[in-house]
Amino acid sequence: MTSYFRPAVTLLLLMTIITGGFYPALVTLLAQSVFPAQANGSLIRDKQGQAIGSTQIGQGFSQARYFWGRPSATAPYPYNATASGGSNLGPTNPALRDAVAQRIQALQQLDLDNHAPVPVDLVTASASGLDPHISIAAANYQVKRVAEARQLPESKVRDLVDSHIEPRQWRVFGEARVNVLGLNLALDAAAQTARP
Amino acid sequence: MNEAGFLQILIYLIALLVLSKPLGVYMARVYQDESIVANTWFAGLERGLYRLCGIQDKQDMRWQQYAGALLVFNLLGLLVVYALQTCQDWLPLNPQTLPAIAPDSALNTAISFATNTNWQGYAGEASMSYLTQMLGLTVQNFLSAASGMAVLVALIRGFSRRNTSSIGNFWVDMTRTTLYILLPLSLLLAIALVGQGVVQTFDRYATVKLQEPLTYSTPTVDAVGHAVLDAQGHPITQTQQSQEQTLALGPAASQIAIKQLGTNGGGFFNANSAHPYENPTPLSNFLEMLAILLIPAALCHTFGFLVGDSRQGWTLLAAMTLVFVALVFVTVSAEQHGNPALTSLGVDQASSIQQPGGNMEGKEARFGIVNSALWAVATTAASNGSVNAMHDSFTPIGGMIPMWLIQLGEVIFGGVGSGLYGMIVFALVAVFIAGLMIGRTPEYLGKKIEAFEMQMAAVIILIPPLLVLGGTALAVMTEAGKASILNPGAHGFSEVLYALSSAGNNNGSAFAGLSANVPFYNYLLGLAMLVSRYGLMIPVLAIAGSLAAKKHVPVGPGTLPTHTPLFAVLLIITVLMVGALTFVPALALGPIVEQLHMLAHP
Repeated sequence: MTSYFRPAVTLLLLMTIITGGFYPALVTLLAQSVFPAQANGSLIRDKQGQAIGSTQIGQGFSQARYFWGRPSATAPYPYNATASGGSNLGPTNPALRDAVAQRIQALQQLDLDNHAPVPVDLVTASASGLDPHISIAAANYQVKRVAEARQLPESKVRDLVDSHIEPRQWRVFGEARVNVLGLNLALDAAAQTARP
Repeated sequence: MNEAGFLQILIYLIALLVLSKPLGVYMARVYQDESIVANTWFAGLERGLYRLCGIQDKQDMRWQQYAGALLVFNLLGLLVVYALQTCQDWLPLNPQTLPAIAPDSALNTAISFATNTNWQGYAGEASMSYLTQMLGLTVQNFLSAASGMAVLVALIRGFSRRNTSSIGNFWVDMTRTTLYILLPLSLLLAIALVGQGVVQTFDRYATVKLQEPLTYSTPTVDAVGHAVLDAQGHPITQTQQSQEQTLALGPAASQIAIKQLGTNGGGFFNANSAHPYENPTPLSNFLEMLAILLIPAALCHTFGFLVGDSRQGWTLLAAMTLVFVALVFVTVSAEQHGNPALTSLGVDQASSIQQPGGNMEGKEARFGIVNSALWAVATTAASNGSVNAMHDSFTPIGGMIPMWLIQLGEVIFGGVGSGLYGMIVFALVAVFIAGLMIGRTPEYLGKKIEAFEMQMAAVIILIPPLLVLGGTALAVMTEAGKASILNPGAHGFSEVLYALSSAGNNNGSAFAGLSANVPFYNYLLGLAMLVSRYGLMIPVLAIAGSLAAKKHVPVGPGTLPTHTPLFAVLLIITVLMVGALTFVPALALGPIVEQLHMLAHP
């Protein structure tokens, strides 16, 4: 066994330098020079340069005037981007049923005459707890509520939703979706320009 | 499933099969010591490494020496990962000043990464410093993968060599795998992933202003950290306000690239590949999924090339692909079907042009049903174990398929190296069974299969079920084992069975509701990972040594051809029969009874 020690120790040390030091450093160098925005978290900045979110990471919304994203199961509060994770509730767990029923109630409370079936992604927790997107159906479901809360014509809000639809990537991959934070920022911006 | 979903699966399969051939041939050249493009750039580096390490690269090893070198090398790596975790609080590159990891968790993670399991008992962004992620976890992502591929190449040499006691040099196989295969592929993938939005930085976590201020309540704690209770014994909570969101960052892309390519699977972040910073777009998802199966599929061609008959590689690849495709469709349709319990609440789960529908609990909107289900099957067919959706929240049948794929012994593609050596062992068993049925001498690739090989094959096939079923029985009979279960009823049993299946076959994915970061599971699963990895590798190397010593038997009229569709079918039946006979009783207590329950009480 002892004859293996010198090669084992030295090779491990050198491989650690190559794959644990040199390789991540090289990737970081390339990433920071070719794709700096993405490598640092795809942050969105306001006019003053302050970071107000990331295109990749969702934020929690619960007011009627904003579109809501996926329910988030992160602890101790939703959309905690330092503790990602899902609910891990199984399909037959009564707790899942209760949570979904509560979310439906919360949506309907602010949207009294909306009796349409609720799109599933709007009332089920995402895997990461940070999902920035909802389905087109989930966005459309909320158009009337948001328009009423903001006293905007429904058609205007609907146009805004339509302009924020991200189609399947390369027309093939993934699902069509709407970035909730992007849509809400656009709503706020529209409100500001409308104000004289 | 709609056409778009079908098309994505089709494109995935075509891309996988098309890319596997050239990569397989390239890898064969690496192991044949041929001069290749990369070789000229790296040749000096490679020679320098051998000189520094005192490695006699032209000197081949007997199987016992090969196993000894592998064990010493892996054990040392394990100790380094353990030490880095337990000392990270006073090491550099820890911008969040994270504390040291508890010994039981650190040991579990060290075993997990050294054995290519990459079971993730910890939450990456909340516990591991950048230094630990890089020098500990990323390094073992490379080296554990290279160890598996080295053992496979040693086994292939058992077939291709004659009348010799040597099966290659472990140090050389390890070094060449890392330098010429894993590093270049990882570099390419890492850069592509950053382009899609995967983070790669050494800066501390970012803070952004929230659009809607957040109000939440936390339990009040006293000076020593215990919850303060009111007169009725309920914990007192205090309301907190926050205007900010902290975004966990780090050198993620470099680790995620090798995590997928090396069938490792341990995530940089807790949510693994569901986290938008690990897997931000459908394209990053496609590339990562491709990376999961790419090397395991390509190694089939490497095998065919090195044994001098490419049809032998195609046969194994075809057998794997057929089982894979069948199980993809079962999982996709189970998940697309949705959860009957939600339909009655007025939830729309129908697939349409506006939404993927289906069982979206624990899934991401950008991936929907098809890409979550396809990933789940790919990651458990290979012993990768990364997840882009939470398997614990899958429908019972949708979650059973990944679990069963793990239980089949990780041979449908399987881990890099370990999947194919497992499949070759099953091929030996298939040849042996065919020999018994038709009275032909069992031989495979010109080598007679005799008692010693069959004894070793039996050990290899029996160890994982023993760990899985024995460990599950132990866990559900003890209070410590049951205390970690999240979901009630049959699903809770599935959580435990899945955890032991995952550790006992070095997969690493989880029904994550199980609170596995407790001493009981850290030690039990740690032991299972260790026994399963080396308890299989050593007999495989023994088979390699035994085969290499044999002479070549020319193909005669009594030889069973092993490159035909008939043999592929025989191989599939062997794998599925062993897997079904061993695990159906246990699965009946978990997912099967839960599925019946779900349909009966919507």
